[in-house]
Amino acid sequence: MESKTLTCICCPMGCQITVETNGSEIINLTGNTCKRGDTYARREITSPSRTVTSTVRVTGGTLPAVSVKTRSDIPKDKIFECIRCLKDVSVKAPVHIGEVILSNAAGTGVDIIATKNVEAQK
Amino acid sequence: MEKYSIVIIGGGPAGLAAAVSARDSGIESILILERDKELGGILNQCIHNGFGLHTFNEELTGPEYAAKFIEQAAERKIEYRLNTMVIDISPDKVITAMNRTDGLFEVKADAVILAMGCRERPRGALNIPGYRPAGIYSAGTAQRLVNMEGYLPGREVVILGSGDIGLIMARRMTLEGAKVKVVAELMPYSGGLKRNIVQCLDDFGIPLKLSHTVVDIKGKERVEGVTIARVDSRNRPIPGTEEFYSCDTLLLSVGLIPENELSGNMGVEMSPITSGPIVNESLETNIKGVFACGNVLHVHDLVDYVSEEAASAGRHAACYVKSLTQNAATAETDNEDSFIRLCPENGIRYTVPSTIRIRHMDESLTVRFRVSNVYRNCYVSVYFDDERISRRKKQIVAPGEMEEIHLTREQLLNHPGLQTVTLKIEEA
Amino acid sequence: MYDILIIGAGVSGSAAARELSRYDLKICVLERAEDVCCGTSKANSGIVHAGFDAEPGSLMAELNVKGNEMMEQLSRDLDFPFRRNGSLVVCRSEKDLPELERLMKQGAANGVKGLRIIDRTELREMEPNISEEACAALFAPTGGIVCPFGLNIALAENACVNGAEFHFNTEVTGLTHEDGIWKVHTSQGDYESKIVVNAAGVYADVFHNMVSEKKINITPRRGDYCLLDHAAGTHVSRTVFSLPDEFGKGVLVSPTVHGNLLIGPTAIDIDDKEGTNTTRDGLDQVLEKSARNVKDIPYRKVITSFAGLRAHEDGHDFIIGEVQDAPGFIDCAGIESPGLTSSPAIGEMIAGIIRDILHPEEKKNFIETRKGILNPSELTREERIALIHKNPAYGNIICRCEMISEGEILDAIHRPLGAHSLDGVKRRTRAGMGRCQAGFCTPRTMEILARELHVDQSEITKSGGNSKLIVGINKDSIRTEDGSEDRIKTDSTEGRN
Repeated sequence: MESKTLTCICCPMGCQITVETNGSEIINLTGNTCKRGDTYARREITSPSRTVTSTVRVTGGTLPAVSVKTRSDIPKDKIFECIRCLKDVSVKAPVHIGEVILSNAAGTGVDIIATKNVEAQK
Repeated sequence: MEKYSIVIIGGGPAGLAAAVSARDSGIESILILERDKELGGILNQCIHNGFGLHTFNEELTGPEYAAKFIEQAAERKIEYRLNTMVIDISPDKVITAMNRTDGLFEVKADAVILAMGCRERPRGALNIPGYRPAGIYSAGTAQRLVNMEGYLPGREVVILGSGDIGLIMARRMTLEGAKVKVVAELMPYSGGLKRNIVQCLDDFGIPLKLSHTVVDIKGKERVEGVTIARVDSRNRPIPGTEEFYSCDTLLLSVGLIPENELSGNMGVEMSPITSGPIVNESLETNIKGVFACGNVLHVHDLVDYVSEEAASAGRHAACYVKSLTQNAATAETDNEDSFIRLCPENGIRYTVPSTIRIRHMDESLTVRFRVSNVYRNCYVSVYFDDERISRRKKQIVAPGEMEEIHLTREQLLNHPGLQTVTLKIEEA
Repeated sequence: MYDILIIGAGVSGSAAARELSRYDLKICVLERAEDVCCGTSKANSGIVHAGFDAEPGSLMAELNVKGNEMMEQLSRDLDFPFRRNGSLVVCRSEKDLPELERLMKQGAANGVKGLRIIDRTELREMEPNISEEACAALFAPTGGIVCPFGLNIALAENACVNGAEFHFNTEVTGLTHEDGIWKVHTSQGDYESKIVVNAAGVYADVFHNMVSEKKINITPRRGDYCLLDHAAGTHVSRTVFSLPDEFGKGVLVSPTVHGNLLIGPTAIDIDDKEGTNTTRDGLDQVLEKSARNVKDIPYRKVITSFAGLRAHEDGHDFIIGEVQDAPGFIDCAGIESPGLTSSPAIGEMIAGIIRDILHPEEKKNFIETRKGILNPSELTREERIALIHKNPAYGNIICRCEMISEGEILDAIHRPLGAHSLDGVKRRTRAGMGRCQAGFCTPRTMEILARELHVDQSEITKSGGNSKLIVGINKDSIRTEDGSEDRIKTDSTEGRN
């Protein structure tokens, strides 16, 4: 049996929730004050995920970089792999919000899309 | 001289939301003056997600959130000028501004909405001793360099201050290849959201040292390291607790200050607590027809609240403009209006607004406030003069999060002769 | 082969260069930093002292009073900010009154005009924020304030326009004297000259001692300061001093020519000639001592703090003259307060000494005046409209706190001895010197510098050398292959402490 403690992010309380697991099965969950904490901790233990935001280079634009994000959450342990995929990516201006910059980032099935409009330099 | 019904100073989230709502309230002639090269303000450099849950029911990044409002302004064909610096606003609402194409120019406004936002407190304001090398940045400056220009301001980073910008930058610098060694926070609690502490620090194993501050900066040309130390209850460093961190960068996220030099110069009355204008229920300052919203009024935690507040300012500015034409006498009688004072007490630092004129109030009024300390299991109580009329149980309130209560017009009307509404924290 | 090499482009070296550039002489100023005004000259009180502090008969007394008299005309000729705001030495106890009397007599002996002792009532009329304890003060109407960068840069620019060369990033490492010629070894190679002027600030003893058996000793005496925002700039209108003690004039409270309030300095003798770091003790002293003479200083308005080093020589007087056992080597050493005030007179004195050695011809085409960087806020509305129309860069505000436009920054970069760093731009235009301390304008000024100097932004420094502002581009250190260096914590049990 394993025991992990995590900080709940649902409100400023920041409850320290202790989760006891046996393999992938949650045996016991303590320390939360409300239902939201329970839900959060279960998800965070079984499949923690994050939205990743970063930048890629832009050529010929009004700015030298454009901000990007994963269209939805990806598994937390894929964050750095996802960043690595972006290292050598460069796009040509104009770039618009929602345009796919890189599809299926790090094999997650999630696309990376632009989050800012960068127009071409006149 | 050009004339507009409403001139809005600043095209960030507050200015944009105010413009959209003023237009939707029927004002045609609106001008936004923005000093940067694009609309959207600081949101353009806040590329992390988490914006807009309240407003759009989805999690957006800063630039996406800004783009939605920019689009709304564009649909309404609201006029704006970029790269335009306002250098003066006179009490009779003549705005002097300049840019490359129009040169130095003046516009006359019936109403002015102040939406200039805020700036970061610099190192000097903290009197951090040491050398003054390159590599000391306010978190927002670093954020602009990294997120908008793609430049890395340093490789080994210490961050002072655990406000949200500091936390967010810890993650951003880490993802772009820098090593963030520690975040030091002077207070015994973080001013940032729990979510940011977990997802920006804990996720990457970055330690957060509460009750710590920077006591020395080493390096003559570029930062070579900083020393942090624990502080006592009076925030004085405790000798013997010094720890040296070698690094090439120190980021400061030590507080935001509303940018009110223009407001002050035109005679707007300021609150020493918020460093923003003192306003009534219409978010109107002591100068008739001059309104304020967003971070220039008081520093917000969520942009959604900025948009909401700014929409209210836009609406009230529109009412004011209409009252000028519809009934010239209205403005006069205003002065005779009695008003109710809002009093922050016992753990409440301030309220926005500070006064309420019932006659001008909407059906419901949102009163925003911040607390001065972390309180657990407490009540936020509202008193009408000496009578407690409500108390809301809170498991926790913290200075980092803006709180709000709602007052209805009906409630106030039911208490004729009411002079003071007091908000206070009470023990459970 | 030069006629004159001057070591140091601080205010003394630049004043000497300017005075010498009146003659047909080949002059070069060697400066180890990337710009003029990078040592003692950049971090001081910016005060033009009346001249009552120095011992009658000392060189300090003579040059202080003379420098003070010259400053006004010079500020018009060379267009730098100077204001005769008057100064007060405050006495907080009746028993110290004799000391005020002594200072007044000393001042009179030094030739200071208009000194008088004022009583409690008049003092409060003059300065409503003076401390309750203050019972009298010595009022010196000739005291003034100057922009130390403005003065130093103006002198250097004018010298440059009149033919003096300035070689930056050139550190002197040694000196040899052969056959009447000085060979000066530097980080950029050797220079030869008939005359060497040693205006090296806190290092002047090092160079002096290389060439002379009669040693001198300069102790860096550190002074910590705090600068307050414009909003506090009118808290006092005159410069307010304490009665002097063994370490000098004590902590002053003064408006600056740019409308800030300056408080400081401390006086702490240190060993490190590079020790320009402030300390907590030092800053605490500044806050505490400034409150003794002036009440209600709005300390919340402090925008920056800094420290400077005074070049304190054991004999506590300026050492200016040809070194006896080193012919052609002219000392300009021990230039501590009132060095800034005295600098115009120091320049003249050094030029006089060299004139007597080299007997040069006067230039017929010497350019006596210089126009500083245009300050649009001093123009009328119409003039400003015309200016932006002619040059739109003046309509583009870069530093919002000090309202500095791109036009002024371009001027700072492209004029003689122009700026090539963030601090260089700041000292010339004030961009970045305001309440946000360059938070907003840093990226913009970097962009302008890179564009105008035709270099990549990564080359731009804060103040030359290794003071780079950016160290790379996003992800440049991240390896694209599968690495084991992932910094992600998959186990959330750790990470907090």
